[in-house]
Amino acid sequence: MADYLVQFGLPVWLAYGGVALMQCLILLTIMMFAAATFTWMERKVSGRIQDRLGPTRVGGRFGWLQSPADGIKLLCKEDLMPAQADKILFRLAPYISFCASFCVFLALPFSNGWVAQQLNVAAFFILAIAGLEVFGVITAGYASASKWSLYGAMREAAQVVSYEVPFGICVLIPVMVAGTLDLVAIGNMQQGWGINWMIFHSPFMFVTFFIYLTCAVASTNRAPFDLAEAESELVAGFLTEYSGFRWSVFFMAEYGSMTAVSGLAAILFLGGWHGPIPIADLLGLTYSNHAILGWFGELLGACNFLFKAFLGVTFMMWLRWTLPRLRIDQVMTTCLKYCIPLAAAMFVGVMLWTYALPGGILPRKTPMAAVAEAPAWTTVETPGGDRP
Amino acid sequence: MPMERVDPELVEFDVRTDEMLINMGPQHPSTHGVLRLVLRTDGEVVTDVVPHIGYLHRCAEKIGEKISPRQWIPYTDRMDYLAGMNMNLGWAMTVEKLMDLEIPDRARHVRVMVCELNRIASHLVAAGTYGLDLGSFTPFLYCFREREKILDLFEEVCGARLTYSFITMGGVTGDLPPGWLDRCERFLREFEEVIPELHAVLTSNEIFVRRTAGVGVLTPETAIAYGCSGPVLRGSGVKWDLRRDGEPRVTRMYEDYDFEIIAQHEGSYPQDRDDYPPVPPEAVLGDSWHRFYVRMIECVQSIRLIRQAMAKYQGCDGPIGEPIKLTQKLPKGEAYLETEAPKGQMGFMVVSDGTAIPWRVRARSSCFCNLSVTSEICRGCLLADIPAIVGSLDIVLGEIDR
Repeated sequence: MADYLVQFGLPVWLAYGGVALMQCLILLTIMMFAAATFTWMERKVSGRIQDRLGPTRVGGRFGWLQSPADGIKLLCKEDLMPAQADKILFRLAPYISFCASFCVFLALPFSNGWVAQQLNVAAFFILAIAGLEVFGVITAGYASASKWSLYGAMREAAQVVSYEVPFGICVLIPVMVAGTLDLVAIGNMQQGWGINWMIFHSPFMFVTFFIYLTCAVASTNRAPFDLAEAESELVAGFLTEYSGFRWSVFFMAEYGSMTAVSGLAAILFLGGWHGPIPIADLLGLTYSNHAILGWFGELLGACNFLFKAFLGVTFMMWLRWTLPRLRIDQVMTTCLKYCIPLAAAMFVGVMLWTYALPGGILPRKTPMAAVAEAPAWTTVETPGGDRP
Repeated sequence: MPMERVDPELVEFDVRTDEMLINMGPQHPSTHGVLRLVLRTDGEVVTDVVPHIGYLHRCAEKIGEKISPRQWIPYTDRMDYLAGMNMNLGWAMTVEKLMDLEIPDRARHVRVMVCELNRIASHLVAAGTYGLDLGSFTPFLYCFREREKILDLFEEVCGARLTYSFITMGGVTGDLPPGWLDRCERFLREFEEVIPELHAVLTSNEIFVRRTAGVGVLTPETAIAYGCSGPVLRGSGVKWDLRRDGEPRVTRMYEDYDFEIIAQHEGSYPQDRDDYPPVPPEAVLGDSWHRFYVRMIECVQSIRLIRQAMAKYQGCDGPIGEPIKLTQKLPKGEAYLETEAPKGQMGFMVVSDGTAIPWRVRARSSCFCNLSVTSEICRGCLLADIPAIVGSLDIVLGEIDR
């Protein structure tokens, strides 16, 4: 798009800068909207699970306006900071978490080519950036000058760093099958009927998906792995001293990463923006027919993707309101004794499967063909000419 | 300038980074009120626990020496505020013992009914908050939903939902309202359907078992040595229940009632229903899981008792009993009586000099003894086990501090 603007005589820096700003704003809006929706949904889902109604007062029968009301309340709250706190780090911590959570969306495609920056190392980028969120938490725990916060931070450090390993392996497995780190290409490989989804690639891949889910829940710090803010043990863990807006920034970061890991799961395992039935292809909503039709096809794909991400988040909520919390040693045991060996075994399994059945049991597209199918204007921004 | 000599031990102490003293409470989400635990921690491992109490002290015993026994009944409600009926019962029976007063059968059955209902309510709070201590919020609301129905029943009986003052010396303050028995029976039926749900989300939940089995093991010897009672004692496998083993005055109340005392005996629990979840292999006798399990099954026994009491109540005509006068003179002497409250053995003592106002009133708290074992059984556990253990003891600070 920036190149398109440059053609009209706009200076290059302005064109690229403007487009980048616009993309950031769009993504920020999406993330805020997701956080608001999921806050409301969490209350509704937990309410239903617990045999009650959830919010019903603000904004009509279903409490639609609960999230804005919460937001206003949080903004109006007194800004508290412990006297002993490290002032700079205490202020900085929420934003580190939030930025890490937000930057993931920069490389996360919402549909074929609908991505702020299509990276050829997108999967790697997301893994690396998502892991940074823990720094915000550790900083918060340290800066709060509270023993409970410190405990939360240390737990988070131990837990998230450990779970990065099996999480990374689980991401690596579909990447290995696809032969590319480019998420757009991986998504496009799974085009067609639902059987083309990566999760149905092999039995090993099927198991990998569930290991991925476990690790995703653990690395986003959601129950039953929410040890860093375990309210019955650590009061509120690293969040103990936070209130008002800073607290809500942490909260948005949490919901942001929940959405991000669910989205990543959708792309890596569940066909990305391709539904179980290729409606867009059947209806002729492709670029080969008309650009506008193709755009509508992509819109349908984006809805598909968002729905899958939404399902993932719902699953996390369901877990949270059903299960008790694990103990720290059990969390580490789950990771080191089960997740890592299992993930490694699945890695070898998928490798052997791919070696024995190079074409798979079902005909599937090669990644290169998938890249070639992406509409031209999306691939223009890909940095470098390193794609063969 | 000569450098100041520094004590080498002091330096050593200064750079020690491995132990941290932590205050858990009195404002902490999982200390069940205003309990304060001072933890000495080495990373996640807790090396020492010292409970501090007294934050809810309200001079109840001293007040009891200024007012007449019937006026003191509301104060007993506020001791174990989750089992007001049982507190009323303990005090009422103690004064009855002093006065050598017998109550009519009809009142006796009403007492059994409300006390057992309150036992269920108390155990429901224990189970629900225990889930909360382990990070599971949902069972808490399931339990409170059921408890709410019991409170509705109590509201019909005496007008109050928490502090009842229903059981008094000489019987109860009033007869049951018409149609109450049917509503009670309906509650029991509904509650029986909920019990398997609670077992599913708590008792037999894999994570729940892993969090509680083998955690905070209290041997029968330690339990007896510390004076533990109630489900805490029975969770260690000691078959001791004042409803059967207490003084004649207490056991007479449960005369010709058929119920089991829930404790593991020779490796198994008394089974009168098949749908109790099995004891998981990880569980050790006397651990948090067993204490929780005992409470869950005691609810079933209470249902049995209530059903029997309802049948007996319908079968007996006669007076419901007359409460003593507010200014009734007490005979000179003293009396001490322990009853089986949901949390354990609740004892009341009254010393009278012959006037209407007791010379001395004293309450023996079951939770106080149950809490005293924390430092014994928490030593060397993990930080996350502290709520799991304290929660399984099911303490109410109102009763400990009085």
